[in-house]
Amino acid sequence: MSTTTMATRTETGGIAAGPWQGFTPGRWADRIDVRGFIQANVTPYADDAAFLAGPTERTSALWSRLTAMFPDEQARGIYDADTHTPASITSHAPGYIDREHELIVGLQTDAPLRRAIMPNGGLRMVENGLAAYGYTLDPAVSEIFTRYRKTHNDGVFDAYPADVLAARRSHVITGLPDAYGRGRIIGDYRRVPLYGVDRLIAAKQAEKAALDAHPSTADIIRDREELAEQIRALGELTEMAASYGYDVTRPAATAREAIQWLYLAYLAAVKEQNGAAMSLGRTSTFLDIYLDRDLRAGRLTEQEAQELIDDFVIKLRIVRFLRTPEYDQLFSGDPTWVTESIGGIGRDGRPLVTRTSFRYLQTLYNLGPAPEPNLTVLWSPALPEGFKRFCAQVSVDTSSIQYESDDLLRARWGDDTAIACCVSAMEVGKQMQFFGARVNLAKTLLYAINGGRDENSGDQVGPSLPPLTGDVLDYDQVVARFDTMMDWLAKTYVDALNVIHYMHDKYAYERLEMALHDHDVLRTMACGIAGLSVTADSLAAIKYATVRPVRDDTGLVTDYRTDGEFPVYGNDDDRADDIAVGLVRTFMEKIRQHETYRNALHTQSVLTITSNVVYGKHTGNTPDGRRAGEPFAPGANPMNGRDQHGLVAAALSVAKLPYSHAEDGISLTETITPAALGRTPEERAGNLVGVLDGYVACGGFHMNVNVLDRATLLDAMDHPERYPQLTIRVSGYAVNFVRLTREQQLDVVSRTFHGSVLT
Amino acid sequence: MTATTVGPPQAQGGPTGITGSVHSWDLSTGVDGPGTRFVVFTAGCPLRCVYCHNPDTWQGRNGRRMSAADVLAEASRYTKFIGAAGGGLTVSGGEPLLQPAFTRAVLAGAKDLGLHTALDTSGYLGARADDELLDATDLVLLDIKSFDRAIARRVTGGSIAPTLAFAGRLAARHQLVWVRFVLVPGWTDDSANVAGLATFVASLGNVERVDVLPFHRLGAAKYAALGLDYRCAEVTPPTAGQLDRVRAEFTAAGLHTV
Repeated sequence: MSTTTMATRTETGGIAAGPWQGFTPGRWADRIDVRGFIQANVTPYADDAAFLAGPTERTSALWSRLTAMFPDEQARGIYDADTHTPASITSHAPGYIDREHELIVGLQTDAPLRRAIMPNGGLRMVENGLAAYGYTLDPAVSEIFTRYRKTHNDGVFDAYPADVLAARRSHVITGLPDAYGRGRIIGDYRRVPLYGVDRLIAAKQAEKAALDAHPSTADIIRDREELAEQIRALGELTEMAASYGYDVTRPAATAREAIQWLYLAYLAAVKEQNGAAMSLGRTSTFLDIYLDRDLRAGRLTEQEAQELIDDFVIKLRIVRFLRTPEYDQLFSGDPTWVTESIGGIGRDGRPLVTRTSFRYLQTLYNLGPAPEPNLTVLWSPALPEGFKRFCAQVSVDTSSIQYESDDLLRARWGDDTAIACCVSAMEVGKQMQFFGARVNLAKTLLYAINGGRDENSGDQVGPSLPPLTGDVLDYDQVVARFDTMMDWLAKTYVDALNVIHYMHDKYAYERLEMALHDHDVLRTMACGIAGLSVTADSLAAIKYATVRPVRDDTGLVTDYRTDGEFPVYGNDDDRADDIAVGLVRTFMEKIRQHETYRNALHTQSVLTITSNVVYGKHTGNTPDGRRAGEPFAPGANPMNGRDQHGLVAAALSVAKLPYSHAEDGISLTETITPAALGRTPEERAGNLVGVLDGYVACGGFHMNVNVLDRATLLDAMDHPERYPQLTIRVSGYAVNFVRLTREQQLDVVSRTFHGSVLT
Repeated sequence: MTATTVGPPQAQGGPTGITGSVHSWDLSTGVDGPGTRFVVFTAGCPLRCVYCHNPDTWQGRNGRRMSAADVLAEASRYTKFIGAAGGGLTVSGGEPLLQPAFTRAVLAGAKDLGLHTALDTSGYLGARADDELLDATDLVLLDIKSFDRAIARRVTGGSIAPTLAFAGRLAARHQLVWVRFVLVPGWTDDSANVAGLATFVASLGNVERVDVLPFHRLGAAKYAALGLDYRCAEVTPPTAGQLDRVRAEFTAAGLHTV
């Protein structure tokens, strides 16, 4: 298609003909600029949820076919796997749930819930993943990926220095994406419906040609090879779409095509990449422009519009990856992080809330609550009241939404930002990250006290320093040692990440996702810390109370006797909160001192996902009184039960953590009993709106909101069959509660439930 | 280990220099008046309601001496949050009117901070609330334990007459009131009692809503810890049906009931 056709306008200023008919033109027509398209064409919606439609019979029947398969999947761990075919965009024949009755089509393999193998990340992950569920990998595949084709995992272990190996073994650095796909890269899947693949290939060819003028240095050679791979992947997307009967070389002409094209682009990504988080981006308001055009032209009813969204969301709910039990320990409940960012405000002050923002949330009613897609509302007090109330109502009813401060995101990354995974912001199509898991800050503090020896094994892992002597721990001395230990940790950590991402680019490059980015992309090196609250409380204990180390016969400190009161993080008490703030800032400053692969921008998150349990398991007794092996609090949460002044005080403590030193996100998970939010459903929704407004106004970044009673969870542990769709937000994502391990369930149950004890 | 949260000490003198006995403070949402609120629980109460779930607030001597200024300094940390969230400050207890000067200073100071104010009281000591105190109160949460005098005596150990008189005074002042009635099966659920209360409350004209609160046993552990006899140990919380029936009674009297 030529841009000349596009430029022909109607009298009202809309484009006269072709797939863009009726759209307001702009610079987006001449270059790849989805944000520009949205800004020129969005119709913000400021009213309430009354217009929404329920599920059609077709939708309910299709969803029932799948839900009937879930108990089997849950019982066996996976429903089925293809053990023969290393997955690629075109590796599998088309698959359907119920071909005659699907509106939006496409599956990762040739059958629903059948998991694919993706050995490029690492063969061991595939072998162990299959073995865990009673499957055996085709020996031919094993042979290919051992004799002929190296994996990302192999590459990483060829290049890791000894320090990294030791830190990894002792779990002071853990969860690194060195045996699995790194994920957290969001392709701008909207580009496919808006421009069609041919136009995107032409743009990529132009980017590649522009590199011909540069001398062939290592960086330029890599860029050229990557662009060639991207162009190849786009060709494969066209081929895969054709196998479903669609021609995605041209732009989508209707809303149904727009959803289908967008989904096929996303599908191509999840067919080939088993990334830890395979997020969708910010699609609802983009698609609204197409739905709105068809609705106004009378080509679609509200019921039909909702039905298309419901069908699309059904597909997103059944994205599956083959993963190992070790992986599940870190990230419990089989999450895929199909994160979709909804709402937010434009730079010009117009809300980016549309009817389709509501339609996405409505799927939680039409199909019932579910953890995926990971619906994420970009919250601002300036959002329209009707939308805020509906979000809060859905949260109260389903506990399936997380919230991130649009005010912080917009100021830092712009108004076309989406969340990858849980709390990682990126401008769609212009920014990606090198996912870096996290380091164990609490264990590092114990290393500082023990002169670099591990408190569990006694092994020398960190730099050998004289251990602290004396009967009582001295705060200044501990802080000085801790600082030195953090220097070592930061260096070792960035070292590990540089190796990982070098090898991931080399052996498991995200061709299709990166094809849907600009060539000139901003990369962030997304570091992270775990154990913030336990570390802050431990330091507060040393500072404000009397902490006596207990040593074994080798001089290793294995326990602490703590006498006296001390302030704890999570009660809006600056004495403790300032320590937490200092930790975030200090570690970030240390990270920034180290050169990163591809000059990535240093960032960090305060997020654990569900790995707070595993981190705690591998960490000895801590000076705050936490016993060895007990879980940490998730993310930036206060330690369980120590936030004694209610949700608001806890949230305000967390809001003190500076986003400027944690630009990969700060996660807070809150559980509130329904009664603690108000006495009627309307009051609960209204009060939750208030809490979110207050939190964001005070600088809070992220809040997972659960509205639940502990009794419900306990009953679900005993009678999982009664709660197939009970969804709970854990730390940046949601899970089916009944799919968590028992250990994880107990951790969730033991968390602080903000109820009303007094009055 | 405890989570202590003490505000900065304030200079004495002036109305905010008045000190009171404070059990604790908290931030709550949706239970102590509209929105998210800074709630001061005063220590000391003249009543001994059988179902009370805060027996630890009965004794004034168990509280901490705080000046009104201390309390307000603590509350002022949250004005930004409360301003965005909607809500205000509530003085609860214990019985705030056991310390009327302190309560008045806190409420008046909260108004100065721009906060919506609420007073949570049994009304038993309503006579101690002067007009100045009530002028500084945007909303009275009036806990009427019972309408029937004998039941009230049995449940609270005190008379209901002062509460009903206080309710009348608030009505005459056109002061906004939310009435709260705790439904305790076997104690307060007598149908004549409920009907009498509904008729009385409806006659006042200044009651914006009635909260029928189900009895719960969450306070039982506190009785054990304090070595007190818990007379509601055998009481079962009301069923949804019982609650609906009582709410319907208030609604039928023309009252907005939740």
